[in-house]
Parts: sequence; structure tokens; C-alpha cells
Amino acid sequence: MEQSDQELTQLGLPELAHRDHAPSTPGTTIFSTDNVSIYYGSFRAVTDVSLSIYENEITAFIGPSGCGKTTVLRTLNRLNDLIPTARVEGDVRYRGEELYAPGVSPAAVRRRIGMVFQKPNPFPKSIYDNVAYGPRINGERKKARLDEIVERSLRQAALWDEVKDRLNKSGLSLSGGQAQRLCIARTLAVEPDVVLMDEPCSALDPIATGRIEDLMHEIKSRYTIVIVTHNMQQAARVSDRTAFYSVLRDEQSDTRTGVLVEYDLTETIFQDPHDPRTQAYVTGRMG
Amino acid sequence: MATAVTKQQQVDLREPRSWRSAKSRIMTVLMVIAFVVVIIPLGFVLYTVVSKGASAITGRFLTGDIPFNVAPVTVGGIWPAIVGTLLITALCTVIAVPIGILAAIYVNEYGGNRLLTRIIRFMADVMTGVPSIIMGLFIFSIWVIHFGFSGLAGALALGCLMLPIVIRSTEEMLKLVPDVLREASYALGASKARVTATVVLPAAMSGITSGVLLAVARVSGETAPLVFTILGGTTTPNYNVFTGANNALSMLIFQNAESPYTGAQGRAWGAALTLIVIALITLVVARLVTSRVARLSQ
Repeated sequence: MEQSDQELTQLGLPELAHRDHAPSTPGTTIFSTDNVSIYYGSFRAVTDVSLSIYENEITAFIGPSGCGKTTVLRTLNRLNDLIPTARVEGDVRYRGEELYAPGVSPAAVRRRIGMVFQKPNPFPKSIYDNVAYGPRINGERKKARLDEIVERSLRQAALWDEVKDRLNKSGLSLSGGQAQRLCIARTLAVEPDVVLMDEPCSALDPIATGRIEDLMHEIKSRYTIVIVTHNMQQAARVSDRTAFYSVLRDEQSDTRTGVLVEYDLTETIFQDPHDPRTQAYVTGRMG
Repeated sequence: MATAVTKQQQVDLREPRSWRSAKSRIMTVLMVIAFVVVIIPLGFVLYTVVSKGASAITGRFLTGDIPFNVAPVTVGGIWPAIVGTLLITALCTVIAVPIGILAAIYVNEYGGNRLLTRIIRFMADVMTGVPSIIMGLFIFSIWVIHFGFSGLAGALALGCLMLPIVIRSTEEMLKLVPDVLREASYALGASKARVTATVVLPAAMSGITSGVLLAVARVSGETAPLVFTILGGTTTPNYNVFTGANNALSMLIFQNAESPYTGAQGRAWGAALTLIVIALITLVVARLVTSRVARLSQ
């Protein structure tokens, strides 16, 4: 179903207008999950997630609170390993390699798959040291090389002009939006393959949000991005593909489990979803 | 002119007289009284020590050897005790602080809920409750009997007192480091040791430092653990902290204050003032370090 930009605007979905359209033929598969369930102790947080995430695309995870989208995201770089009771069942592959195979080093995984968190969390160190942190722990010692990496990363994160004169100031002195861009620069400094973003704009005002979204568009040619967002307009604005998660409630045991309802091109999810639950959510009648 | 002025309703924004506001006032008064009750003994102690000890303090008093009990306060000084207190406290800090901080790191960062973690926590709690003289007896029975009295033995006894304080205060400070900082570091591919060394410890450093210095100030005035370990009573400074009996300000105060001679009593007051000043300097340094590090991380 092809619609003109004007029609989209009239439909209340101006976000879908004027956007780059996703390639209908996807590129290399970065992640593929097959029947993945994630448990915290005996509590099953998410069940039966099967999806593929493609190179140089922005994939959005949307859905109501408690549907497990962040849990799935944190599974993709093994950050959930930090929670002692967390357990993953099923097959999670990154570029064809099984992420949870024995012998896989979580540190090595996370060096390739970076993450930006919901709340900006710069280290209590200088702006320079924040960005240089990743390269340093990976063994980069040369000052000249570090200077170069810091400048490049801060430029990529569209923060360089604002902080170039005060690189020695504490990272905590920045405003919320700047701090979040610093965290993005810190993630980009290790030149990851994938950048996971966990509601990166939820603590930011619309202007700062806009800058981060522009930034995502700029870096997407070099990185693969997966973003969790509560904001449907944001998903519609930035993403190529969207996964909609929802909550299944078991009446007998009164437990809630997240499920992947639908995963498709963003246009399809917002304009022509197959599942009535997706329809209800994206039109604002649920969640 | 007939302007239609709508009469505004009077709004009373004053606090209505009620039982609630009365309660608030009563509680405020009670808290002020509590504060005064706390401050009176402190002020009284300081006043007494300064008024009785200040006259004794001279350059000679601080640097002279300890005379016989009968000597007037104008003869000799307390230098051997100052040396002993500083050396023993320093040595005890060197022994107890690294062990305490490492134990706290293990408990908070590595231990999880393992048996060893629970044992360390439990032992630290038990050690906090052990009377300090028991620590002295303990070191006496395992160390002094074999190797004789020495500053080192005193440092070991004080270290036993200091260790649980350092473990507990460091653990509290490590707990305050937000998990999001640890996650940020892990997400960049850092190992656990890296995360601890480059993110957690620097973030908690100011709190750990002030906790350690408080513990130092606390043990520098201990007397009981020293009685069985450094013997006391020496009249010349013993700069070798590893062998031979030593002295300390707290022991000097203890031994001189119960003496019938006014000269000895005067020396006790002077030593008390000196000890308070040393503790005070430690605390001020603690504050300065803390606020400086805090400023850097703002």
C-alpha cells in the first residue's frame, strides 16, 4: 500500500513521511534469535522471541512497560549476565556465532556490541577520560592516538564543538542531553559493530532527543543500531524495522510474560499491522 | 465612575493554628534540646583539656624525653610517647587498611552471596563488638609471648580493632557506587577487575579515605590494647617500631593521670591535649581530602 507523504501526515503519522525507506532486501544478518526465552530465577520474563536484525539498519523495540524489550536488548550483549539469576534459553546468534556458547567471553562480546543506557551515566572522570576509557582498557596507550579517537568520537556524537575547550572538565558537569551524547561518544570510541540503545532519550527534552535521532541517522551507515523506545513517534521516525512486544498475562498463576507479537518493516507495523494487538497499540488504544 | 470591581475573596495563607503546628513546634524544641545535650559534654571535655593542658605545652614539652614521675611539668616532655603513637598508628594503618579494603572489595564486588562473604561479614561484626582489651590479650598470647613487647605488637592489636571498621565503612561506600556506572564499564568490554579498579574504586575513593581516617583517629587514642603489647613506661624515644618496649600518648596519660604528683598530672593533661590535636588534624585532613575528591567528581 503506497501512500503519499501528504496522506501520511493526514493520518496522524507525519513521522513516517520524509524518511529514508528501508531496503526491502535486508543486508547481512547481525543477530538472529530463535525461540529465545529469558528467565529471572523461575520467573519467565520473555518467551519465544524469534527475529533477525540486519546490518546498517535501525531496529526499534516498542511495547508497553514490562513486555521485556529491554531484557531482550540486554541479552544481545550478554549484559544480563551481571544479574546472577538471569538465564537465557534458545538460540541467540551474532553474525552466525552462538552468543551463549561455552567459551564465549562476555567482555569480547561487549567490545563489539556497545550499549547506551536509559539514564546518561558518564563516569565521574573528565570528558576526555570518559571517551578514552574504552580504548584504554583495550590497550591503547599512545596519547596522540587517544587524542585522535576522542576527537573523532566526539565529532561523531555531535558534541565536539560544545566541549572541545573543556575536555578536562568532569563529565558530570554536562547537561542531560550533552551527557547522553558523551555516553554515545564513549560507546563509539571502541568502534563497535553494533550499538544497543535502551530508551536513550527518555530522560531528555525534545530538542536533545532530536539531536540524538539525527545522530542515529548519521552513524547508521557505519553501525547497526537496536533501540528500545517507549515513544512510538520515535520508533516511526528513526527505525527501519520495528518489533512490537506485548504482555501475556496468565490468569491462573497471575504471572506476566513478554512476547514478541509482530516484527516487520516499520511502515508495515504502523500502517498495516497484521496483529490486532499491534493495531491497537500503534493507534493508541492500548498500552 | 462606575467600574465594576468584582470583590476578590480574601485568601488566608497563614498557617492555621492547629494541633499539627503545635506538634511541629514541640518537636523542634525537643530537637534543639537534644542537640544542646549532645554538645555540652563535648564542649566541656574540650574546655577542661585545653584549660588544664594548654599551659604545659611548650617546645621543650613536645620534644623532651619523659622525666621521672616526681619531676615538675617544667622538666622533660612527652616526645617518646608522640613518636610511639605516630609510628604505631601509621604501622597499624599500613597493616589493616589494605586488608580491610581488599576484603570489602571481595565482599561487595566478587562475593555475591557465597559462604565466604557471609563469614567475612559475620566476623567483621563480631570483631567490632570485641572489647579492645581482649584484642590486646589476643596479640599478647600469640605474638608478645614469642617475640616480646614491640610497637609492631601494638600495631597488630590496633589493626585488629581497625580492620572491621575499615571493612564495614568501605563496603558501605562501595554499595553507594551506582550500578549504572559498573554496567557502562562492562558494556565497553571491561573485565571485572578493570571495572573495580578503574570505575568503582575511584568513584568510592573519597568515602573510603574519610572512613579510613576516621578509623585512624579512633584507634590512635586506644589504651587498653597497648597495655599488653607495647608495655609503656619508656622514657626515651624508641624509633625502632619492630623491637623493644614503646610508649604512646594514651598510655602516658593513663600512667601519669593516676600518679599523685602534680608534675605527672600536668604532663597527662598536656599529653591529652596533644592527642586531641593529633586526632583533630587527622579529621580535618579527612574532610579536606573528601571535599577535594568530591569537587573533582562534580
